[in-house]
Amino acid sequence: MRLLGFLFLIVSALLIPGFILRIKSIAAGRKGPGIWQPYRDIAILFAKGQVFSNTTGLIFQIAPAINLSCIIAAAMLLPFGRYGSLISFDGDFVYFLYILALGRFFSIISALDTGSSFEGMGASREALFSMLAEPAFFILFAALAIVTGHTSFSGIFSEYTISGDHNILIMTLIGVFVLFQSSLVETCRVPVDDPKTHLELTMIHEVMILDNSGFDKALIHIATYLKQAMYGLLIYNLITPFKLNLVFQIIIFVLVQALYAITAGLIESFRARNKMNRNPKFILTISAVAWIAFVIILILKK
Amino acid sequence: MEYKFKYICARIYFIRMQAESILIFIVITLSVLIFFAHQRFKQLITLALLAVIAVITTIWSITVFNDGFNTPVIRHISLSGSGGLILTIDKLSAFFILVINLTCITGLLFAGGYLKHYYTRKKGLNISIHFFAYLFLYISMLLVVMVREGLAFLIAWEIMAIASFLLVIFDAEERQILKTGISYLVQMHIGMFFLLIAFLIVEKDTGMLGFDALKYYFKEGHHLAVFLLFLAGFGIKAGLIPFHTWLPEAHPAAPSHVSGVMSGVMIKMGIYGILRVVFQMQNDLFAAGLIILAISLLSGLFGVMMAILQHDIKKLLAYHSIENIGIIGMGVGIGMLGVSYNNQSMIFLGFGGGILHILNHSLFKSLLFFSSGNVYQASQTRNIELLGGLMKRMPYTSVFFLVGSLAICGLPPLNGFISEYLIYSGMFSNLSGLDFKGSVIVVMAIAGLALIGGLAIFCFTKAFGITFLGEARTKQAEEASERDREMLIPQLIPVIFIAAIGIAPSLFVKPVMDLIAGNLSLLVSGPIVIPENGSLANISLISGFFIVILTAILIFRKLHLRNVPVKKEPTWGCGYGVYNPRMQYTSTSFAYNYNHLAKPVTGTKKDINEIGEEEIFPSERSFATHTGDPVKESIIDKPVEWSWFVLKKLAVMQTGKIQHYILYAFIFMLAALLLTYLKII
Repeated sequence: MRLLGFLFLIVSALLIPGFILRIKSIAAGRKGPGIWQPYRDIAILFAKGQVFSNTTGLIFQIAPAINLSCIIAAAMLLPFGRYGSLISFDGDFVYFLYILALGRFFSIISALDTGSSFEGMGASREALFSMLAEPAFFILFAALAIVTGHTSFSGIFSEYTISGDHNILIMTLIGVFVLFQSSLVETCRVPVDDPKTHLELTMIHEVMILDNSGFDKALIHIATYLKQAMYGLLIYNLITPFKLNLVFQIIIFVLVQALYAITAGLIESFRARNKMNRNPKFILTISAVAWIAFVIILILKK
Repeated sequence: MEYKFKYICARIYFIRMQAESILIFIVITLSVLIFFAHQRFKQLITLALLAVIAVITTIWSITVFNDGFNTPVIRHISLSGSGGLILTIDKLSAFFILVINLTCITGLLFAGGYLKHYYTRKKGLNISIHFFAYLFLYISMLLVVMVREGLAFLIAWEIMAIASFLLVIFDAEERQILKTGISYLVQMHIGMFFLLIAFLIVEKDTGMLGFDALKYYFKEGHHLAVFLLFLAGFGIKAGLIPFHTWLPEAHPAAPSHVSGVMSGVMIKMGIYGILRVVFQMQNDLFAAGLIILAISLLSGLFGVMMAILQHDIKKLLAYHSIENIGIIGMGVGIGMLGVSYNNQSMIFLGFGGGILHILNHSLFKSLLFFSSGNVYQASQTRNIELLGGLMKRMPYTSVFFLVGSLAICGLPPLNGFISEYLIYSGMFSNLSGLDFKGSVIVVMAIAGLALIGGLAIFCFTKAFGITFLGEARTKQAEEASERDREMLIPQLIPVIFIAAIGIAPSLFVKPVMDLIAGNLSLLVSGPIVIPENGSLANISLISGFFIVILTAILIFRKLHLRNVPVKKEPTWGCGYGVYNPRMQYTSTSFAYNYNHLAKPVTGTKKDINEIGEEEIFPSERSFATHTGDPVKESIIDKPVEWSWFVLKKLAVMQTGKIQHYILYAFIFMLAALLLTYLKII
């Protein structure tokens, strides 16, 4: 049963990107590609050869693989409702964030390995923005730890909804907001980053992988899809009532993931990307909101 | 029969003690040999002498750690067998002894390769003084952690300062380095005075000089002021802000093995002192813990924020030492808050994380300094803006630097993560049980530590990426070549430990927890239970999974690449064909966005004269940015300037005429007479 979270994660990672694509093309009134388009892309990438830059070396070769394995390792820590995660221990969300940071470290230095100034620029932005996003998650989980008295994903999410406290509603709203916003930062979506922009100067994540091709690029795409699904799973865990039976849980899970994809797709269709120097403000707002959640909990609990 | 056996045991014990004393005396006497030996053998002699002491002290430490009852090993160092210098080794000392031994031996091994290039350039005497000072720095650090008596402690502390001063000014031909060295020596002595005053105040109340007096002194009443004196004295050595100003200057000036040892272990002596004091405190723990936590958090943030803006690789590492001392201090602070809230998991995880981070930092920081020494020797520059692309020419060095960088950022599956994880767990463990004040403090610390982690990643992606990746930016970087084995093999020692602590943390955390349990008798009333922690085993497990998945993907990738065409081409320049390495992102441009945000703290200044409207044909312009140290500017440079101003005014009195001076003496005597007559003094 502990495998459930991991399996559902993989399944939703398979579907969300295509779903977002569909939403975007419907919103734009285009016919658009089908829901399976991301998988056709990946299949093509797997079949293709690779081109390496003369400048690059070992780091560029191993970075995409490291990034993907970091994300898979992080996914093992996420529970699915009350069914628990593959591995769970006190403070596992610290490990979760730090192993994601390891993957990011490698994708940043892999961009620098190409010696391209464009990729250096992307690397610098990625490092800055993800650094600013880091505290929000910790503050949110500190607040959750106060509410539940647990310090692991499984512990927090299993205690959270059965604590019988009505104030939890506020907390949940803020939590969903914080998780959703950080997911936009982490998975490089509008308004922080626009994966579909045409000018390298305005990209963050896309510009870091300009030189990747073939197999490596496929790994990078898969990693991004998984990351997206992970945030959906976290949001699902936060809002699902603990005592529901499996069928309902799965229904809620599907709904949450679909809603997540729809929101992300709609934001992407109707909103412009932030000006680059507005991004720090946008990201710090997430931490500020997490602080509010924390203060509310403090006032209510202490 | 049994009586006789006991007698023999005692006899053997006595002989062993005597033998150890004699051995130590022989080592100290033989150290003169360094001056007479041939250049090539100086390092070997130092190594041999150092190894003897290392073996003796390591045996003591292991004895202490194996002892279940926490009895300290006590040794009298004297030739006659009685009296003499008393060494007390409890688990805290033993831990520090092991850290000192490990780092100093790797440092000396590395020095063998590093200094070889100086043998032709430098006089024999210079090299001799250097190794001699190294040996005595080592011995004095050991004494610092083993001596409890105040005067002996301060003497050892002083030897440590002087020996490290001699090591720092190895390149004293350069005026700047000599100046840095002297400024270092002055600041060390300011710290020494704080300690002297603190010890004397304690002595006045208790009649004892030294650490043993503290537990009586702190027993009753409030003694926060004395605690602050100790904190200032030890804080200067440790490099906590605002006492860090010597650190970013002295580390780059010293040769790499010295920076490694100084940053790896010597600054930890300050932490040792703070821990000794903290473990004796019985009142005011909340206030003291809060002060330590706040100063440490600021040190951590400030250190890493400044580090990002440095271009001198060793200065960058030096600022990171401030950051890491901050992380250690946060652990200690959380532990102390745990004591005041009487929560044992907070105590053990806080102190445990802090103390383990001492070991961890000594490993990865010395590794980073050693590998940056390789870079310096290969390219003759420490400025990372002039480097680039070194990974292709110096593969081993760059892998070592990469391992060090990952570890210092606290990333799993390496050792830095374990200690930071323990500190995080300490902070989270009792969040729901804390009161309002406590939770606000702890959550601010959590957010701070998270930010420190993010900033560290920013800094080391920059340092590693700009130095080792991309293309060479200058000729000197292009001509750099890998160093020889003598410089590379010593760096393997910290790498092995870094990986071992990261993968199998339980082995290393358990002794640390025992250490804390042994030191809590004064702080915690009631039974002391080391919290059972299954998390570490789980961390090993998931790190194992990570490594397995990674290997699987890499193998699959390798097989895959055999079947598809693989081409080599220039980097995609977005359509631009005439690419040259100077167009790469530099360290300044990488930090540009960040600098924009951090300017209020770091105070970066620009030097540019703007183009005026009336200038139709603008003349040549230059542009430069400077990053000073705002704290240094405000607490050292400004007061110095101000006192110069005052003293210059006073210099009117200094006329150089003997008549005036006699007049001053006369006025003084007259005043003294008058004042006594009027019964004012």
